[in-house]
Amino acid sequence: MKLALQILGVVVAVLLTGAMFGTAGWTRPPVRSEQTGFRGTGMVQVQNPRTLAAKIDANAAPAPQDPAPPGGDPATQTYQNVQVLTDLSTDQFNRVMASITEWVSPEQGCAYCHNVENMADDSVYAKTVARSMLRMVRHINADWKNHVGQTGVTCYTCHRGNPVPQAVWHDNPGPPHAQGFAARDGGQNHPAPEAGLSSLNYDPYKVLLGNKDIDQNAVRVAATTALPTAPSKPIQTAEQTYALMIHMSEGLGVNCTYCHNTRAFSSWSESTPKRVTAWHGIRLVRDINGNYITPLTPVLPEARLGPEGDAPKANCTTCHQGLAKPLNGAQMLKDYPELAGGPMTPAK
Amino acid sequence: MGYYQNIYTQVQVHPLHPEAGVTIPEIEKRVGKGGFSYLAGLVGNAQVGPIYLGTLGTLSLASGFIAFEIIGLNMWASVNWDPVQFLRQLPWLALEPPRPEHGLKILPPMAEGGWWLLAGFFLTASILLWWVRLFRRARALGLGYHVPWAFASAIWLYLVLGFIRPILMGSWSEAVPFGIFPHLDWTAAFSLRYGNLFYNPFHMLSIAFLYGSTLLFAMHGATILAVSRYGGEREIEQIVDRGTATERAALFWRWTMGFNATMESVHRWLWWFAFLTTLTGGIGILLTGTVVDNWYLWAVKHGVAPSYPLIYGPVVDPLNPGGTP
Repeated sequence: MKLALQILGVVVAVLLTGAMFGTAGWTRPPVRSEQTGFRGTGMVQVQNPRTLAAKIDANAAPAPQDPAPPGGDPATQTYQNVQVLTDLSTDQFNRVMASITEWVSPEQGCAYCHNVENMADDSVYAKTVARSMLRMVRHINADWKNHVGQTGVTCYTCHRGNPVPQAVWHDNPGPPHAQGFAARDGGQNHPAPEAGLSSLNYDPYKVLLGNKDIDQNAVRVAATTALPTAPSKPIQTAEQTYALMIHMSEGLGVNCTYCHNTRAFSSWSESTPKRVTAWHGIRLVRDINGNYITPLTPVLPEARLGPEGDAPKANCTTCHQGLAKPLNGAQMLKDYPELAGGPMTPAK
Repeated sequence: MGYYQNIYTQVQVHPLHPEAGVTIPEIEKRVGKGGFSYLAGLVGNAQVGPIYLGTLGTLSLASGFIAFEIIGLNMWASVNWDPVQFLRQLPWLALEPPRPEHGLKILPPMAEGGWWLLAGFFLTASILLWWVRLFRRARALGLGYHVPWAFASAIWLYLVLGFIRPILMGSWSEAVPFGIFPHLDWTAAFSLRYGNLFYNPFHMLSIAFLYGSTLLFAMHGATILAVSRYGGEREIEQIVDRGTATERAALFWRWTMGFNATMESVHRWLWWFAFLTTLTGGIGILLTGTVVDNWYLWAVKHGVAPSYPLIYGPVVDPLNPGGTP
């Protein structure tokens, strides 16, 4: 009896140890901790140089196409049905078209958007989408400098050679659930990859990133006064914000302390300037989801829609893909003045 | 002969026949004659039973079982009755309290918190019945009431979290979900919502008593094991009849830290530390949201939170450049 128990104990210990090493979330040393704030405040960034190097390799920007020669006929004279890039020369226009093919549909080629019999034809849905996306890119580069700065964005920032960027989200109705009077999950309580495999909200995006008209204070849950003054926000909203913040942390490959001082998450004076950039980023994502992507829903084929029939939308990971600066800060826009553009009207 | 016992050598001593225990008026309500178990002896007394369940114990177990079933079946329903997913996702599953829009409604829809209230009712009934049972069994055996009062302190924290504070806040949605990870995520969200619970002085006290409990427990356990070769396990007798074990243990602590508890006082230290952990914790939770809305700002206001040099330059709220804390 005694010996059997001892053997059983050893076997269980070995199995548990094996299971522990076999589960996700482990990273082999070294782990580097870099102080970024005043001593004693815990303001550090934790990175594993090996995995960081792999991430940087995977996020390399492609070499730019040769610049277009100055001058030449306007594209609107050379081609028919030019609606968005009306301010470009023919050479610039051709350069953008070639780059889009390289960035978005390298395998499918021009035919992904165009009817190759008649390039001016609008019969392919992807062409309608591409127009709207070009408007979006120029809008971001012109009007969202407080988030994208001079680095800007190009199609490649999100697409990376895919017709649909890899990191997109759809409204998530959650896993199948018993109906009737069985208790509902309140949008949480399942392993949520969106929220770092916690049991927090599995769809923090729909409310906080999908709604362009949302209350500007929707993400803010902590009280702004020491003592209660107004009816407090429910804990459930704090959980939703927490889920979104885990997404931002994972999408950017940074710790909470990249933006916040964890002793007072809500305090702006305790935060780093990065938090202001991120604040504008949240508005940027709401803007492009609400004004550029969602209006395309009727155009998209069913295969592109989510379980709730909604378009694939953007979040922080769509551009950042695990790095604090997308493409590790590569300044693609300076090689593509065609995309810097002025303010464009959203697609109808 | 198991004389020399320490942390490495464990001995099991038991009589040939199970002990019936002292005679009490309700002795006929004891169930079974008792027996010996080697496995039980590994962690405690080798004798199992006889037990006394009684009316209160039976009702308590039944209520607890009902609560367990309500929680478990709702968790299973949340994976659409899939047994494999139920096992895989079990640590993530939960029974949520009513949604905020239902406030303090006694009968919200079952799907939106009704089950949580029902489970909470039966779990609370089970715990309170068990407390009365503890109290009555202590009295029947002529004991002091130290165990029931210590348990009452834990019940206080439980009631504050799931009953008293939600009522003061005017919404059941302020209560804790039933679930393994979900209640931990709730705790983190609770701290975020109320501006960092670590600045709550009663949370500080609770942590001090909790960690103090473990430290005292380790010191006491180690001391008694260390002097068991001198009869230190008879610590209670040695309260009044001090032997060499007590002398040596006391001298050890006086030598190493200049001060020692006594065989009697160390147990009071332990009891009060454990008792105060949940008592102060409950007060801290009770004040959160009801009296204080943001503990960090409260701590700044009262000079508890230090200020550090702002090395990033001024960072202002883009929504309100005039100044949001």
